[in-house]
Amino acid sequence: MNDQGLHDVMREIEAQDALAYSSSPMNRRLFLRVSGVAGGGMMLALQMGLASRTTALAAGLSGDEPFAPNAYLRISPDGSVLIYAKNPEIGQGVKTALPMIVAEELDADWSDVQVEQSEIDQSRYGSQFAGGSRSIPSNWDPLRKAGAVARHMLVAAAATRWGVSADQCKTEKSAVLHPASGRRLGYGEVASQAAALPVPDPESVPLKKRSEYKLLGKRITGVDNHSLVTGKPLFGIDQKVEGMLYASYEKCPATGGKVAQANLEEVRSLPGVKDAFVLEGNGKVDELMPGVAIVADSTWAAINAKRRLKVTWDESEASKDSFSGAVKKAAELAGQQGQPLRQGGDVAAAFASTAKTVEAFYSYPFLSHAPLEPQNCTAWFKDGSVEIWAPSQTPQRAVTKAANTLGIPAEKVTLHQTRIGGGFGRRLINDYVCEAAAISQKAGAPVKLQWTREDDMAHDFYRVAGFHSFKGAVNQSGRLSAWQDHFITFSSNGNRPVSGGSMGRSEFPEYLLENFKITQSLMPLSTPCGPWRAPGSNGIAFAVQCFLHELAVAAGRDHQEFLLEVMGEPRWIDPGNARSLHTGRAAGVIRLAAEKSGWGKPLPAGRGRGLAFHFSHAGHFAEVAEVSVDADKNLKVHKITVAGGVGPIINLSAAENQCQGAVIDGLSTALGLQLSIEKGRVQESNFHQYPILRMPSAPQVDVHFIESDYPPTGLGEPALPPVAPAICNAIFAASGQRVRELPLSKHGYSA
Amino acid sequence: MPTIRFKVNGREHTVKDLDPSTPLLWVLRDSLGLAGAKFGCGLGMCGACTVHVDGQPVRSCLTPASSVAEKPITTIEGLAKDGKLHPLQEAWIEHDVAQCGYCQTGQIMSAAALLEENSKPSAEDIDMAMAGNLCRCGTYIRIREAVQAAAQKLDASKESGQ
Repeated sequence: MNDQGLHDVMREIEAQDALAYSSSPMNRRLFLRVSGVAGGGMMLALQMGLASRTTALAAGLSGDEPFAPNAYLRISPDGSVLIYAKNPEIGQGVKTALPMIVAEELDADWSDVQVEQSEIDQSRYGSQFAGGSRSIPSNWDPLRKAGAVARHMLVAAAATRWGVSADQCKTEKSAVLHPASGRRLGYGEVASQAAALPVPDPESVPLKKRSEYKLLGKRITGVDNHSLVTGKPLFGIDQKVEGMLYASYEKCPATGGKVAQANLEEVRSLPGVKDAFVLEGNGKVDELMPGVAIVADSTWAAINAKRRLKVTWDESEASKDSFSGAVKKAAELAGQQGQPLRQGGDVAAAFASTAKTVEAFYSYPFLSHAPLEPQNCTAWFKDGSVEIWAPSQTPQRAVTKAANTLGIPAEKVTLHQTRIGGGFGRRLINDYVCEAAAISQKAGAPVKLQWTREDDMAHDFYRVAGFHSFKGAVNQSGRLSAWQDHFITFSSNGNRPVSGGSMGRSEFPEYLLENFKITQSLMPLSTPCGPWRAPGSNGIAFAVQCFLHELAVAAGRDHQEFLLEVMGEPRWIDPGNARSLHTGRAAGVIRLAAEKSGWGKPLPAGRGRGLAFHFSHAGHFAEVAEVSVDADKNLKVHKITVAGGVGPIINLSAAENQCQGAVIDGLSTALGLQLSIEKGRVQESNFHQYPILRMPSAPQVDVHFIESDYPPTGLGEPALPPVAPAICNAIFAASGQRVRELPLSKHGYSA
Repeated sequence: MPTIRFKVNGREHTVKDLDPSTPLLWVLRDSLGLAGAKFGCGLGMCGACTVHVDGQPVRSCLTPASSVAEKPITTIEGLAKDGKLHPLQEAWIEHDVAQCGYCQTGQIMSAAALLEENSKPSAEDIDMAMAGNLCRCGTYIRIREAVQAAAQKLDASKESGQ
């Protein structure tokens, strides 16, 4: 079985950084083309360096850059402004936020703006995906420039009509004004004229200062909200095609198993069932694995028939994974050294000369993404081409993956992006798209494939479990003097960790320390793993930030003060890289979280506060949890205070919502979520065994941002990693009990 | 297989050749083209499929079609009256509750049933009434705020006799 695609997806996302933050003028250049539209008005197509660079790279750096617009802005004579939202909406708010960036620089009145999801087309829109908290940072400059250039041209058109100089004009609320004469022209009235003008060099058009923003930083309700609350068909599961059939697909519960035998005749005779057949698959876990497809005349008939399906699996090459076995092996490995990964200074000398050493073993379990909309996809294979309607976080990858699965050129695949009922990283992988396409091809009809919740939990790309064997030291003056982490993770090929199972150099805090040593051990794993909200950091932060607190306690120091000392002087860790940690920004959010949470103020017995900082996805986040714990380990999380630094805030409403949601996700996960895997099978099947947090347990969450002129970074992920360690550090403060293994429910805690 | 008649959002629908054990959810979604009720777990544990039958909230994924024939059913598509949104729908927009939005129709239907029974719910009443609805994105804080706001608005409009 081949899991290469699981690694590739994150590499592609991370490659965006190099392009978005490169200072090369070639990369940053923005190409714009303007045209009139039928019936009058102005359409501005833009192409940024990002897209052209990506295309040029793919073509072997020919330097011959094709025109590849990545967004469209259209102003109609009636003054309406249509902005296409280019990236998938998974609940992170980009369908509203990306158009807001254009509208701000355009000086459009938000009430004039209509937003539509764009088509999926690499050649016209550049890179389109939702992952890695990258949508805002990688589109910030191009979209600002697109709006600014359009505004510049509208002003020029109005000034020409009035016979005045453009610099005597200003804009507000979708109109050009000439204050000296009191004249005003709505954008719609000059759009056709503007469309006839040459496009200025985008680099020559000034952008607004943050203090001039009218729209950005405000609370703007999501553009789909009316449709959402009235039940309009926005999601993948809601798609319908004329003559469509409904499909279910049964795969081996142990990854890699093949169909040896199945009662296909019996299933075909069930009510509503049109056909049942075996797909051999292509051996790629991110494309098509073997299974039995059932095609029926309704979703219920397809799902119901699957319950009557009896398959004998050939498990000779299937996963035999056992989590309980892995836990035992990790405990044995913990006593060993592991393979060297990175080191600095001399930890051995530091340990020998130190005042106090602390050792601890931390672990966290496998997790499922469990988005509420189970995987689904509608596909229509016809005459060698396929049309797809998919809730995919990586729609462009979905096109190539479906093409590969079907053995047709990518040009023969058309994909329509739907809204997505939860991503969390699950839908970066497009297995369900490939399945739907293959079933439609074989069935000879348009098909909507519908997974059940049980399918979803059995066939995820899981958050990998991890183990950390720590040794740390504090010196005579109570300063952190040495840090050793033997990280025990999993590998599918024996060479490198599975997707989401690496500890990168950017994981806090090794790069701040004089003496550190990071080693790694790999345990074999066949279960497919993938990115889960804040990959890597989502587990590592718990271990690292709790162990740092243990060292602060050992040193007899206040945790805030100890953390600030680790940060040291304000500086970029990786100078010139605005996606690296800045210790001053880190200190700022640590201080703000402490201040807003009442850090240091006395609390009654049984109640405590816990602090954690973590840097991930270029976001600086510190959080303080306030909890009560009684003798029976009844846990009440009263409040979590979040302080974040991600540059300027685009949409304050969505930004606060993301942070509150990340905190509740983090609490939910830390409290009660874990998967057990035995005989290659995930044992949990539905929400009764995977208890996502419910409303009565949701704490108050206060969110504070330090807004700045640093380039904006994304908010989908970085508020999550500090949650678990903040809660566990608070449990220690409240009860003296140190929890070193998640979830908390495993140790008797309930909320 | 039988023909079953449904009364959904005040309209009569006839579905022919229907397996009587088909859950109401799939009748709404596949046969009647009402996509507002969502499939989440199929076991009545997530609440995404919540609709009203005889004014009571039910999990449509567990409700056999034959058991609700001829009974008045209200789905999210029927919550607005005469083109005017229900105060809960307005509050959901005003408070920008949704993230992915997938669970929100079920959340609103549960909240609507609560407000029918209890026009002045306490914070605890809201938590308990909404405990059967999962939100994977974690929008619970805003759901609470929106339900409170809608309750106050409904209450004020009742007191002023509107």
